[in-house]
Amino acid sequence: MRIAIIDYGAGNLPSVERALRGLGAETERATEPAQVAAARAIVLPGVGHFGAFVAGLRERKLTEPLQAAHKAKIPILGICLGLQAMFASSEEAPNEPGLGFFPEKVTALPKNVKSPHIGWNQLRRVRESRLLRGVPEDAYFYFAHSFAAPGSAPVTVAACDHGVSFAAVIEAENLFGVQFHPEKSGETGALVLRNFVEWLS
Amino acid sequence: MTLARRIIPCLDVDAGRVVKGVEFEGLRDMGDPAELGARYNREGADELVVLDISASNQGRGTFLDTIRRVAEQLNIPLTAGGGIRTMEEGRAVLLAGADKVTVNTAAVRRPELISELSQQFGAQAVVLSLDVKRKNGSWEAYVRGGREATGRDAADWGAEAVERGAGEILLTSIDRDGTRSGFDCEVTAKIAQTVPVPVIASGGASTFEDFLAVFTDGRADAALAASIFHLETHPIAALKKFLAERGVPVRQSR
Repeated sequence: MRIAIIDYGAGNLPSVERALRGLGAETERATEPAQVAAARAIVLPGVGHFGAFVAGLRERKLTEPLQAAHKAKIPILGICLGLQAMFASSEEAPNEPGLGFFPEKVTALPKNVKSPHIGWNQLRRVRESRLLRGVPEDAYFYFAHSFAAPGSAPVTVAACDHGVSFAAVIEAENLFGVQFHPEKSGETGALVLRNFVEWLS
Repeated sequence: MTLARRIIPCLDVDAGRVVKGVEFEGLRDMGDPAELGARYNREGADELVVLDISASNQGRGTFLDTIRRVAEQLNIPLTAGGGIRTMEEGRAVLLAGADKVTVNTAAVRRPELISELSQQFGAQAVVLSLDVKRKNGSWEAYVRGGREATGRDAADWGAEAVERGAGEILLTSIDRDGTRSGFDCEVTAKIAQTVPVPVIASGGASTFEDFLAVFTDGRADAALAASIFHLETHPIAALKKFLAERGVPVRQSR
């Protein structure tokens, strides 16, 4: 199955693309609403600022096709900011609504720890996960972010702690999200992407 | 669950080759950046830094090509920089495949460069390269590869850069760089306690004990070294095992 990687004009597209292709997946860069509407599987990568990200999606008229894809139960994997965009809103840009797949709000990491949270950290499993199948409990993943969705969100399958418990991996039916960068997380990151690709087939 | 301390090999690149400065000899060729990058990726490096030390603008295209070639070999983060003067040059480095860009000289001259890059690409993509030299019990920030003093206190400038949106500081002790006398733990601890972002310590690494010291006394979030890794005298896996046995949280490959 071909995976549409949403191209909103910035972000770490080539590395995500390379990682998916390395697993044998077919990918295309989706820049047009029609491509998103026709997609059978979607990866939503994102780095940078929440406001610029959701505005970028809106300007390219990709917001509604993404919401329609979710309604049609098309599998979507959000990476980093892509995960955050699945929520209702973010403190980073209070006036820019997210995709609203989940009602919670993305908030800034607390001031008592170093922010951005940059580096390799471990996960705390909350419940059974499709993305983390076969991933060792103590595996490390590469994070680089200053904002995060609450670990208490019902869609959280694995949390991470950095001053606060936040959602590191989310899953809900057709929706998947990882706050870390699987394409930058060595072999364990590749395993997460492989689990997503295999779940599609 | 703990945030691991990072071990970061650094590739100093000139005209598409990894080089090492050698006293009285000039530059010694240390190999192909893509090959070295692939090796470090395999050996458990947590991240890779590639710095353009050619200091000439003619080599810009070659450097971007080097970033592209290195990025293709990695499934770990890549930081690149050296001589970045404008937002467009920073963008080119990120589009070539780097996850973060380092700035130094141009940011001292025009601190808005940090704000611009941070607003566009996020604080996690902007690394302040802070080169410091000890002066009367404090530390002064230097630019142009350590050749020019800025007159600015290193901690003050670091704090301002973070205020403007730098998400990380790559701190190099000019006094220790190339001396193999260990990291400067004192300045590392000082900066690490001043700024609310991660600090990567650099300059002077020689032994496993040096790394242990900079993670404990120096409070560093990450430690960077070049030649001791290139020469294969200090394998990354052995270094991480050494640190783990002494209670430093590190990501060990299995």
